[in-house]
Amino acid sequence: MTALRSSESSLYRRGPTGLPRLLLSDSDAHPADFVAHRRRYGLLPIPSRNRAGRSRLVDLVGAAGLRGRGGAGFPTARKLAAVAAGRQPVVLVNGCESEPASAKDRTLLSVVPHLVLDGAVLAASAVGSEEIVVCVHRGDGLADALERTIAQRRGDPVRWRVAQLPRRYVASEESALVGFLNRGEARPLSTPPRPYAKGVRNRPTLIDNVETLAHLAQIVHYGPDWFRALGTPTDPGSTLVTVSGAVARPGVYEIAVGTPLATAITAAGGPSQPLQAALVGGYFGGWVPLPGGYDAPLLHDRTGPGMPMLGAGVLVALPAASCPLAETARVLQYLAEESALQCGPCRFGLPAIATDLAMIAHGRPDPVVDQRLVHRLRTVAGRGACKHPDGAVGLAASALAVFAADVQDHLNGVPCAGLRHSPVLPLPSAQQRDRSWQ
Amino acid sequence: MSSHRPAGRHRLVVAPIACDAHGICAELLPELIRLDEWGYPIVDAAGVPAALLAHARRAVAACPTLALKLHRP
Amino acid sequence: MDNILLWYATRASGLVALLLLTLVVLLGILGVLRFGSRSGQRFAVAALHRNISLVTVAFLAVHITSSVVDTFVEIDWPDAVIPFGSAYRPVWLGLGAAAFDLLVALIVTSLLRPRISQRLWRRVHWAAYAMWPLALAHSLGTGTDSGGGWSLALVLGCLGVVLVAAAARLVAGRAAASPDAVSGAEPLPGRPAADRIAARQAP
Repeated sequence: MTALRSSESSLYRRGPTGLPRLLLSDSDAHPADFVAHRRRYGLLPIPSRNRAGRSRLVDLVGAAGLRGRGGAGFPTARKLAAVAAGRQPVVLVNGCESEPASAKDRTLLSVVPHLVLDGAVLAASAVGSEEIVVCVHRGDGLADALERTIAQRRGDPVRWRVAQLPRRYVASEESALVGFLNRGEARPLSTPPRPYAKGVRNRPTLIDNVETLAHLAQIVHYGPDWFRALGTPTDPGSTLVTVSGAVARPGVYEIAVGTPLATAITAAGGPSQPLQAALVGGYFGGWVPLPGGYDAPLLHDRTGPGMPMLGAGVLVALPAASCPLAETARVLQYLAEESALQCGPCRFGLPAIATDLAMIAHGRPDPVVDQRLVHRLRTVAGRGACKHPDGAVGLAASALAVFAADVQDHLNGVPCAGLRHSPVLPLPSAQQRDRSWQ
Repeated sequence: MSSHRPAGRHRLVVAPIACDAHGICAELLPELIRLDEWGYPIVDAAGVPAALLAHARRAVAACPTLALKLHRP
Repeated sequence: MDNILLWYATRASGLVALLLLTLVVLLGILGVLRFGSRSGQRFAVAALHRNISLVTVAFLAVHITSSVVDTFVEIDWPDAVIPFGSAYRPVWLGLGAAAFDLLVALIVTSLLRPRISQRLWRRVHWAAYAMWPLALAHSLGTGTDSGGGWSLALVLGCLGVVLVAAAARLVAGRAAASPDAVSGAEPLPGRPAADRIAARQAP
């Protein structure tokens, strides 16, 4: 990584101070308006098409310390470097937001699509690719708008394509995107080889979330120092969170990484009812009890055994009036239905776990259900081709740990008023889901 | 079964998508492979001791879907 | 060589080959049905399936050689692999050649399995359900014993075995495709869940 000299900071435009950073738009200009976008950001500083130019751009992203915003939080520069080392790479823009409680990706694509596409073009030039495929779910309404947005652009040194994937939870996984483009089926594949080595048509494939690419574009325009002005040293910058559940103003908000959970809830208008917990990180995340967990910093790393990672920025506020076990059981049932059914432990283990949790939640447990559930959680994790079973197991295990007292009450037959509360954790309706993998 | 693998041991790995739960590997190598309640193999993560290496190779060869693989240390 | 001995060799090796092929098909289906609950049984079924198919090739080598060398009927080496080209009973012999071609494809793809795609192996292996009826038709059509007697009874016995096994395979396939099996809901008591879905994709 090249160290930045202070004189280099004059190479960059002045970026916004504080927040918001990404969700800035000219209110009178249409989001797809390319001219208005260029007016704000200026010409795209595409590096020279040689190894030196490409590695300078990768170093720039590395200096900024950008980490993926799709859930894994992997250092973006490292991914760029790995793909750049290969021949004729392909870039996939991951706009498949399959997490039901997340809306940040579709918000970005609706409000600042050109910023995302700028990031994709820059990433493509950093790895030496001339081909970008923007992946979204069908039925989102995003594909047509994206085609129109792309048609407005001038001067991109790349070929664009928009691919529409079936609306399934695991379709947004990296190897599932590759599988869909290669074989027409959005099912996760066994790795190795990982997509960065062999992906679409056996070429090195860069897959980045739309928010990651938006940050990347801003880093190139405004500089790594500007990016690091918010956030923490190991997890810098700002990030989008989707706050829902029992808050006054559910929606997508931008926060600095490392902000405490309380700040995000306050940004969404604060609790609309007394809260007992918050789901952090989406349906592969975990529970944080409240009010004790209000100080917990929202980071892409695990800071302790009880603190889930921020993942893709999903925060759901659970009111005290709900039953957390019933909520978790509903989600586990959904995750079981969303299995690609390729690996036995996931295909059979997740429905079994969902059934056990539902048994505990709805008060019809058999005497050994809690032991059996713990045993099943241990045996299912890590034995699938992808992280789907691990994520589901993580959520279930988190519920058993955080709500241990509730589990005891349910097993002892104490009636639970929360069972009558309407569901809080969002799940797609049957019309919003696809049965097919193609 | 332990979960720590001593250095220098071969490693048995199941390719999860290829595995069709025939259960032959557990028949041939019960010391290191047992089946979960759904018929799928759980492999001891502690690796293959030298004494069982021949049996492990036999189990790998016998898998009808070639899902079981032996990795060198 | 004395033609009558060659004729005996052709008939005997052909009959044995049909018996062995019947066993191979039966063992293959038992594998898909996940037969075997005590230790070693599944391995035995799979290993016998593989090994007996190789033994069958040996018997077919004798069967083809003796029928070509036998000068009483006009059969040449190419007739063993190119169907319907022989001078002697072209249709019935041709069915045998077709069956032999399919068997070779089955065995070669299985020997090369580590090097070919799972999809290709599977697709070729489904051809086993075409190979066996062709072999049966060949033995009924060309077999000079098929007029009656114990050899006919043997051949019909083989047909019976394959019909029962194929029916069991069909039933298992329907059960594997049922909504419960597909979704992975609670399995039949006493049987591991995997057994229920095994007949979904396998030949």
